[in-house]
Amino acid sequence: MTNGTAKLGTWAGAALLAVAIVLPFVVYPVFVMKALCFALFACAFNLLIGYVGLLSFGHAAYFGIGSYVTAYTVKAWALPPELGILLGTAVAALLGVVFGWLAIRRSGIYFAMVTLALAQMVYFYALQSPWTGGEDGIQAVPRGHLLGIFDLNEPLVMYFFVLGIFLLGFFIIHRTIHSPFGNVLKAIRENEPRAISLGYKTDQYKLLAFVLSAALSGLAGSTKSLVFQLASLTDVYWTMSGEVVLMTLVGGLGTVFGPVVGAFIVITMENYLARYGSWVTVIQGIVFVLCVLAFRRGVVGEIIAFVQRRTVRAPGAATPAHAPGE
Amino acid sequence: MRKVLLGAAAAFALTAGTAAAQGISGDVVKIGVMSDMSSLYADVGGPGSVAAAELAVKDFGGTVAGKRIEIVQADHQNKPDVGSSIVRQWIDSEGVDAVADVPTSSVALAVQQVLKDKGKVFLMSGPASSDLTGKACSPTGVHWTYDTYALAHGTGSALVKQGGDTWYFLTADYAFGHALERDTGDVVKAAGGKVLGAVRHPLNTADFSSFLLQAQASKAKVIGLANAGGDTINSIKQAAEFGIVAGGQRLAGLLVFITDVHSLGLKTANGLVITEAFYWDQNDETRAFAKKFEAVMKKKPSMVQAGVYGAVMHYLKAIDAIKTDDGKAVVDQMKKMPINDFMTKNGKVREDGRVMRDMYLFEVKKPEESKGPWDYYKQLAVIPAEEAFRPLKEGGCPFVKG
Repeated sequence: MTNGTAKLGTWAGAALLAVAIVLPFVVYPVFVMKALCFALFACAFNLLIGYVGLLSFGHAAYFGIGSYVTAYTVKAWALPPELGILLGTAVAALLGVVFGWLAIRRSGIYFAMVTLALAQMVYFYALQSPWTGGEDGIQAVPRGHLLGIFDLNEPLVMYFFVLGIFLLGFFIIHRTIHSPFGNVLKAIRENEPRAISLGYKTDQYKLLAFVLSAALSGLAGSTKSLVFQLASLTDVYWTMSGEVVLMTLVGGLGTVFGPVVGAFIVITMENYLARYGSWVTVIQGIVFVLCVLAFRRGVVGEIIAFVQRRTVRAPGAATPAHAPGE
Repeated sequence: MRKVLLGAAAAFALTAGTAAAQGISGDVVKIGVMSDMSSLYADVGGPGSVAAAELAVKDFGGTVAGKRIEIVQADHQNKPDVGSSIVRQWIDSEGVDAVADVPTSSVALAVQQVLKDKGKVFLMSGPASSDLTGKACSPTGVHWTYDTYALAHGTGSALVKQGGDTWYFLTADYAFGHALERDTGDVVKAAGGKVLGAVRHPLNTADFSSFLLQAQASKAKVIGLANAGGDTINSIKQAAEFGIVAGGQRLAGLLVFITDVHSLGLKTANGLVITEAFYWDQNDETRAFAKKFEAVMKKKPSMVQAGVYGAVMHYLKAIDAIKTDDGKAVVDQMKKMPINDFMTKNGKVREDGRVMRDMYLFEVKKPEESKGPWDYYKQLAVIPAEEAFRPLKEGGCPFVKG
């Protein structure tokens, strides 16, 4: 990471935090909450593809199971929301251990296919088993009171609860990437045989990153089920896995803020274009084509590349710009 | 004297209070039509539902109780979270008074919950689940056109009466399919018929050959298709290839719309037996509506679109009668007024929100019987409302006093 991008990152982080605090007073809070949940989901996904180089095509499984478990435990067992979310996250992490243990034995397209196949199993399980409510999902989930004090039915209270969860998740991811553990992950992404030859047990690192990513996806799903007070098959279907890939790509693969920006862009399109009826899909398609053709590094990736070019040019140094790494 | 004066003052205060609470909120009656605009239900509802709502507003005169009527629309993309967030936003920041259509049961259940909490009117035409007036009923929800119970029971009992007394089911292997199979099977048995067996297929199956061969070998007179969407289309197509209808067995679609028949074509779909609430070519009134609709949409209306027109019309009439758009008050008024329009005769909105209307059993014509495009159905039977819909007591709607 060059000095310029580091500074940019700090500034951008501070600016985004300020925006996040003001946003619910300007924009519709439920919409921002939804975007935050998906931003966390995309960040968790990005941890795996951007920093370990593993393309999972089955992240909907963890997102969905988190959402189902929280919705069910809060509704049927009347658990408080914080316990429901913890439980949802824990189950997603557990699923991540099992699926990750199976999937990391392969790489590339085989890894993607294995994760997709396992995720589809979760989808069919959700469709079949009675507790998930089949195609109707679990509806009318009560939001309850956080720690028995804060009434989450108040939109603003709920919003700051969601923002808190998002920041926690984001902080965990940020710490992970910038720790020695994160550096090993990046080494694995760049050259796995070399990482092995240096004595790292890469499988263990990959599995740990996988479980972390699954748990945070579950956390995002759990939170979403409380925001919308429902869990449905949409959350576990493979199109959800596709959507999170798109969010990450549009925002910028392997950048810290990219998935957040990408999630906001995709959710905004989904929400605000809804009134144009069948044009939604067409407009979405055009945006993605433009993104892939014109700025392949994603929105944030391009900004970082731009700043890097500027800072490199300024002192007159001749070092070429890096690919957006961090 | 003093008592009288006090009484008068109290009465005045009371009416003043209610007058302030009533009236038309925001000086406009806003109806949000939410449907699937681009995917599998876009033909059944979609842009046609918006057109139907606009027609109803136009026919009503454009204003109600002296205030403007406005239609807004949105695509829920068949995602419950998208649907529920749009509806919340509509109500919280755009002053929408009622939501219409909303096909796809999972989305409708989510929207029902939001509208129940906010006390706004839900005019359901597209969704099928009978839970919407059962476990998940709402005092401000009106389920207008049809439901799964009516389709299953209508088709089941009417076909047995016509001699189709042995059944075999082709069932989608998930909760919806199982419920459809169970409901229809019960009716068939109650009407004196026999269920010979059933075969379960996974959701989104491409190859139905082994399932269809089992159904064919069962020698049942009727093969019930307890599935939906693409599965129904595929099973009908492949049944035609196996010559099942040509061989004397009947296919009963438990959730099929005229738009499905249109896309399948008569050559494939002929002989299929279907229950619907409306067919454009039933009488002069339905033809007149179809003509108006066709002038805008360039195609015939489905029962869902016709239902949107009827529901919006009845909603506006109720507002006109009590001069307020308060959700609960309007729905209570809707429940008091009988429904008489081009597709519903002497219908009524029941306490749980279920609209009681006659349903019709149709058979899809053979290609040589059809006189032109959209001339698809011949009517086999009328199913009276009391037989078609679930009795009030069995629904389990919490606010209905048994």
